[in-house]
Amino acid sequence: MMASPADLSDHSRRRFLAGVGAAAGLGSLASTVTLLRLAEARAPGEAATSAERWGLLVDTAKCASGCDACVRGCANEHGWAAGTGRAATDAQWIRKVDVRDAVRGRAFSLPLMCQHCDDPPCVDVCPTGASFKRADGIVLVDKHTCIGCRYCMMACPYKARSFIHEDLSNQKSYSPRGKGTVESCTLCVHRIDEGAGRAPACVEACDDAGHGAIVFGDLNDPDSGISTALASRESSEIRADLGLDTGVRYAGF
Amino acid sequence: MGKSAPIAVLLVALGCGSGAANALGPQLEIPASAGEQCVEPTPVIRREHMRFLLHQRERTVHEGVRGARHSLVGCVSCHVNRDASGTAIPIDARGQFCEACHAFVGVRMDCFGCHATTPD
Repeated sequence: MMASPADLSDHSRRRFLAGVGAAAGLGSLASTVTLLRLAEARAPGEAATSAERWGLLVDTAKCASGCDACVRGCANEHGWAAGTGRAATDAQWIRKVDVRDAVRGRAFSLPLMCQHCDDPPCVDVCPTGASFKRADGIVLVDKHTCIGCRYCMMACPYKARSFIHEDLSNQKSYSPRGKGTVESCTLCVHRIDEGAGRAPACVEACDDAGHGAIVFGDLNDPDSGISTALASRESSEIRADLGLDTGVRYAGF
Repeated sequence: MGKSAPIAVLLVALGCGSGAANALGPQLEIPASAGEQCVEPTPVIRREHMRFLLHQRERTVHEGVRGARHSLVGCVSCHVNRDASGTAIPIDARGQFCEACHAFVGVRMDCFGCHATTPD
């Protein structure tokens, strides 16, 4: 006798639930393994892994309106400070945004850059695979495969990407940039790959300016500065409603 | 300039001693390089450098492995020449290491649309 569709569905549901139980067991084992692995920093020459997830926490209470140290720090580090004199199309890896509550009048300032989403829309729409998320959560453009279609710029809710319209020269050896490709914040991936835990240029510039409004660290490491700060105080994502699980978080608004 | 002598020997052996044409046709003059020794033997790097760079770029961009054996930054820092004042001449400038050979064989290289042509 053949099983009725109801029997089949009941059977598959039981199998599914058994699978969930097994997965939960594996999950707790996996988290122990992850904790053990976190203790070792990645050596230079070793591939990035998902043991780490890099992120930033911006404290808007410390971010001064009118200060653009982070923007200048980034521009100098990656060589986009000069611009072309045509602001509408100039590169903008990071920008300062002044926000004001129209009803209550409360105003604050924040830096806005690629939010390094866990579920990045720019990666979803890229037709060539050039827009990608690295194992350690950094969202990048592989300019070797970027065809300059700019779908990712349309898809990004943060307007975090720019397109290079003109020939460039005097690029930095660690930050190649060229005409016809899209670019955005790399979280200073060249510094991260050194393996010494050097913070991105914007964080360094903010600290140098005396504000210390940006904390950089490993979101997967429960003992890192950024994780302890996120565990102890309220923070949010910009456009949290989109459910993108951003690597850049904001506190103080 | 430790590499000048072996390169000169090699060029003479290949009949590439001068920039002018000879009985064998137009000849290529490759500028001298600062490094002592290339990361691979000369015949290997001549044939395979594009494959080494292609492999290396995937490792660097997607996996974050930097400064490895076949990095383009390494090529530039070793092969760049300097003018009388000590300023680095872009490696893709006319007659410089990368440009001279690619122009000779009629291959357009687009590395330097994005990559730095002089060491930092």
